[in-house]
Amino acid sequence: MGKLTIGCFSSLVGSMSLDFAVKLAGAAVEKGHKVDFWVSGNATMLSIKGQRAFKDYSALQKPLQELMGKGLTITACEACAEARGYHKDITMEGFKRHSMDWYLASTFDADRVLHIGGE
Amino acid sequence: MATTKLGFIIQRAGYKCENPKLALTHSIASQSVEVYLNDGDLVTADIAFVGDGVLNCLKNQKAMERYGLTSTESHIKNGLLLDLNILVCKEDLEMLGLSEKDIVMDAEEFGADMTTKVVPFADITKMMEQVNHLLFF
Repeated sequence: MGKLTIGCFSSLVGSMSLDFAVKLAGAAVEKGHKVDFWVSGNATMLSIKGQRAFKDYSALQKPLQELMGKGLTITACEACAEARGYHKDITMEGFKRHSMDWYLASTFDADRVLHIGGE
Repeated sequence: MATTKLGFIIQRAGYKCENPKLALTHSIASQSVEVYLNDGDLVTADIAFVGDGVLNCLKNQKAMERYGLTSTESHIKNGLLLDLNILVCKEDLEMLGLSEKDIVMDAEEFGADMTTKVVPFADITKMMEQVNHLLFF
């Protein structure tokens, strides 16, 4: 099985890029691949806990928690999150926070790097 | 000991969106990636400005004076200080009526030895072929 590193910069609400990236990560995890998922910029919104699912907005907390239970590693850019007021105490359980070098380190032994989105 | 080469392709203009600055801050993070890797392993970052992305390289940016923000120009200079390979597409500069005299070519005041390279798109293509992974911003 391979290793996939996915980076996404698009916000949870206002773009479907993050939805696509999470679906793609899910498909890879289901096939048995290792997936490292990095969110920075506006995509750090994904890390906030207590997201309420409305039908008019993307709702990714539940599928994300299921994927984390299946081995998905997901990490938010700490500086990008802090700049937006997304502090550690409101971060979803299991969601890691690191500096940008974590993402680059993950690419080191990745078979594929997919960099998705950005407004 | 192994090296993974990343190519950061910046194609959007600055400030209106966060992409160019994220590209630069992520590429600069290649300098501290070793803390996560085994001894001798490296991740390197080459940067290329293409299309409207070349506008990020304009010099005399006043982001700090006008908005209290570190300018993209300053990030480019930090990249040069850290010896990142920074390429700017010659054809795209010319398309916008710009030349080397309009853009950040060095960071002497930061003590950088590296300079920006204005190159034909064919050279950027070569860089893209030589890296392990491409990241488009």
